[in-house]
Amino acid sequence: MLPNSNPTASAHNAPHLPANRAEIGKALSEGAKATLPLIVGAIPFGILFGTLAGPSGLSLWATLAMSSIVFAGSAQFIALGLLASGAGISVVIATTFVVNLRHLLYSAALVEQVRHLPQRWRASMAFFLTDETFAAVSSRLLQGRDDPQQQAVAHWYYLGSALAMYGNWQLCTWLGVALGEAFPDMTGWGLDFAMSVTFIGMVTPYLRSKARTDEGGKSHWNSPMLICVISAGLMALATWHLPHKLGLIAAAVTGIALGYSTHLLQQQRLKRHPETATPRENADE
Amino acid sequence: MNEVVLIGGMFIVTFGVRYLLWGTAGRFSFPPWMSDALGFVPAAVLTAIIVPSVVMPDGQNIAFNNTNPYLLAAICAVAISLWRNNLMLTIVTGMALFMALKWWLL
Repeated sequence: MLPNSNPTASAHNAPHLPANRAEIGKALSEGAKATLPLIVGAIPFGILFGTLAGPSGLSLWATLAMSSIVFAGSAQFIALGLLASGAGISVVIATTFVVNLRHLLYSAALVEQVRHLPQRWRASMAFFLTDETFAAVSSRLLQGRDDPQQQAVAHWYYLGSALAMYGNWQLCTWLGVALGEAFPDMTGWGLDFAMSVTFIGMVTPYLRSKARTDEGGKSHWNSPMLICVISAGLMALATWHLPHKLGLIAAAVTGIALGYSTHLLQQQRLKRHPETATPRENADE
Repeated sequence: MNEVVLIGGMFIVTFGVRYLLWGTAGRFSFPPWMSDALGFVPAAVLTAIIVPSVVMPDGQNIAFNNTNPYLLAAICAVAISLWRNNLMLTIVTGMALFMALKWWLL
């Protein structure tokens, strides 16, 4: 990371109007509403976490603490898998770190939208940052950045999404623990597919590049992203036998490296032969 | 098994990653190559989680065949998501299809 040469340069420093109670309430409920589809996906996933935690060797308090203190769905599941396979604490923590690195990207995308907020707000919002809340709020936050009225309640909108996600996750964890004790065979019901289908819904939009209106609004395949996803998927299968879920890390690193290389090759080709640029390649920019 | 260390450690790395940029907002930014490379992180990590979970649902054997409800429903979910790009539609129809395949059709 480089020190930013001009820390006050913010393109979106609109004046921040004070928001009244009604506007705050509206923003909270709109944020929660925007997150509803993702909450639907998280319900079976949270219940399954609660049911699997006990059999994986986690005590009741640690199960509830993991959901309420760590609050990171996919990392929680991977931790359970690692614990069940007998991995040590340091392996679980290191894997959690790698799996959560994607949050760095989410926070980078929204940094201009939180820069003006007091530290306690930024810390709370960071605690609640998940794939789901990012997916639900980022477009609204980025669209509303030039509208001072929307800016004034943007963090409340985020909080509405975050609290809905958080509350639901806690409830589902408790429910899962209770159901797991009542129905020990529940782990075979196939609730685990909820995580896969939610993630599919979050990944596939990356595969299409944003259409530009001057091209008639048609979107194009994003080839670096396609290479990234295909290579990560194949690598995940090829390295599945590696201990401690190292295959997951190998697959992610492979996908990032190949996707980024493809991106660089595309850039170079565009620079050398700008006349050959197809709309498809332009659209990646 | 020291669960306090486990939860504490997971919290520190998770919150640390989430808070790093916002906590230092304005003082650090990524060099452009790093933000470009980071752009591939979510898709790569999520795919590395999804693919084994649908291609080898038992965690042991690759089930690349038409009797694996995870794989069939996942392929349909990708198609639905590319077709409509509507998250709710993808999750609800994907899950419904999966349950139908698992309990009635296969």
